[in-house]
Amino acid sequence: MTVIKLHNITQSYDENKILHNINYTFENSKFYTILGPSGCGKTTILKLIGGFIHPTGGEIFFENKKMNNVDANKRKVNTVFQDYALFPHLNVYDNIAFGLRVKKTCKKLLDDKVHEVLKLTNLMEYKYRDISELSGGQRQRVAIARAVVNEPDILLLDEPLSALDQKLRVDMQYELKEMQKRLGIIFIFVTHDQEEALALSDEIIVMQKGEIVQAGTPKDIYDEPLNRYVADFIGESNIVRGTMVKDKKVDIYNRTYACIDGGILPGTPVDVMIRPEDIYIVDHNLGKLNVTVDSALFRGVHYEICCIDEDGYEWVLHSTKNAEIGSRVALNFNAEDIHIMIPGEDEDEFNERLESFQEDQ
Amino acid sequence: MRRLLAVPYFIWMLVFVITPLLLMAGYSFLDFSGNITLNNYAEFFSGNYIKMTVSSFWYAFLITIFTLLVSYPLALAVRMTSNKTMWLLIIILPTWINLLLKTYAFIGIFGRNGVVNGIAGWLNIGGFQLLFSDAAFIIVSVYIFMPFMLLPVFNAIDDIDNNLLNAARDLGASRTEVLFKVIMPLSVEGVKTGVQVVFIPSLSLFMITRLITGNKVITLGTAIEQQFLTNENWGMGSTIGVFLILMMLIVMIFTGGSSKKRVNKI
Repeated sequence: MTVIKLHNITQSYDENKILHNINYTFENSKFYTILGPSGCGKTTILKLIGGFIHPTGGEIFFENKKMNNVDANKRKVNTVFQDYALFPHLNVYDNIAFGLRVKKTCKKLLDDKVHEVLKLTNLMEYKYRDISELSGGQRQRVAIARAVVNEPDILLLDEPLSALDQKLRVDMQYELKEMQKRLGIIFIFVTHDQEEALALSDEIIVMQKGEIVQAGTPKDIYDEPLNRYVADFIGESNIVRGTMVKDKKVDIYNRTYACIDGGILPGTPVDVMIRPEDIYIVDHNLGKLNVTVDSALFRGVHYEICCIDEDGYEWVLHSTKNAEIGSRVALNFNAEDIHIMIPGEDEDEFNERLESFQEDQ
Repeated sequence: MRRLLAVPYFIWMLVFVITPLLLMAGYSFLDFSGNITLNNYAEFFSGNYIKMTVSSFWYAFLITIFTLLVSYPLALAVRMTSNKTMWLLIIILPTWINLLLKTYAFIGIFGRNGVVNGIAGWLNIGGFQLLFSDAAFIIVSVYIFMPFMLLPVFNAIDDIDNNLLNAARDLGASRTEVLFKVIMPLSVEGVKTGVQVVFIPSLSLFMITRLITGNKVITLGTAIEQQFLTNENWGMGSTIGVFLILMMLIVMIFTGGSSKKRVNKI
């Protein structure tokens, strides 16, 4: 059972605070993703866990051992770097064997272990290739092999897929997920790609400006984003301003809709989010809102249709069927697809409100 | 058009590189009175000059080794500093001063009434005969050549991606292991270049030998100067020159390496 605990971690360079009071616990054999735009401090968290930098405030625990000033070479953590950082003077085999050789592993055992990960990463035939002769995907696999051969408790991955093309990326996502299940260790994956995060993770940690905004399973975060930032960052969404009328009733642009949220004081201004895929088109006058189709964009799997309602507000929806531009139709959505967010509410308040409201029911 | 642009360089090479080399090779077969002869070569192999060649090689070797020993840690240290350019500039600065001036300055420092003996006298550890010694020759040469070794070595070390060092640490390597297993192999090319630019000129040093060692150390450079300016035996001077160039070629072959071996940037 491996547990990594970050307790009140702060990190600053000179005057700049990169991380503010990070509290989080990573638990056994889960796939974690730290998600956020560049500069939000996600790589800094990885470096802190890897031991490349030491926190300027707070404490890091592995199990119950304080690790604040323990150097990278003394931690059972290995990293897959964003640019892979493979040693250009060594071939594939020697790159993978680097860690074991440093640990003075006996020759026979070293050879067995290297061959095992070569098989695991499908690199057997490239064993003696120079790094410069490998493609991006192969390099990436070498980087993973080089890390996992050391049998770490935790594998850190710093945007390892960002340099690959789309097709390879999706393939590697499957491979990573598969590998994590097989190895049964903690993976901490850093990315700014929300699709990657949703597809891979058991837990997603969304960050903004050095703080954790929301953490939870991909489904929780997608369905119940805490605020406008999370909703915007994960998936596409229509976010509009509204006012709470009473429990399960919300007012948007002076129309009242049924929803399933509650526990909010009447009259509270709220952000209302409806995912584009939850809105569907029905005939004129038969839906909740009469609209005119403004534009339709073919996106492969679906059409992205933009409509303007009678009051001039814009709604975006996804549909597998195209809609004629300029046609007058109506939009419909279900009460459970309306998500209410209170601006400024933090994660604890949000969870507390959900729990207390559900208890009341 | 492209070929046309290359013409000035061809002319330059022809006039200032190829012609002098051919002239030198030609002169090496002439005796005092201008007859064609192989006597110069016979004399070269007769003993004295072989000894001189060996000692030239030996001194050049020592100078190169000590220059490397000083420059490598310095290059590492400069890489670690936050203000690399400034430190480099400070180290490179002395190369802007005339070589002779620097050499004369060392006479002042090493002389009987110089700074070193002054401090030694003040500490009551007696006077040293520093000038005219091998040690002084090596120290001055190392001082003069150090920037030329430092630059290529520093460039090679500075080119190493920081993440490679992080990766090595991540895989369990201690700081020493990172130095020996990552930094050193990845800076070999820089060291080779540095060795070339130090070893080859130090084979033919003559000004420093004269001023610092009072001609006690005789290298091939000194011998060539002697033959051309004192003995006016251009044939013999050229013969030594031919051997000097051959030795340089050997060094270049050994330190050049194939371009394929050059570390590919990833």
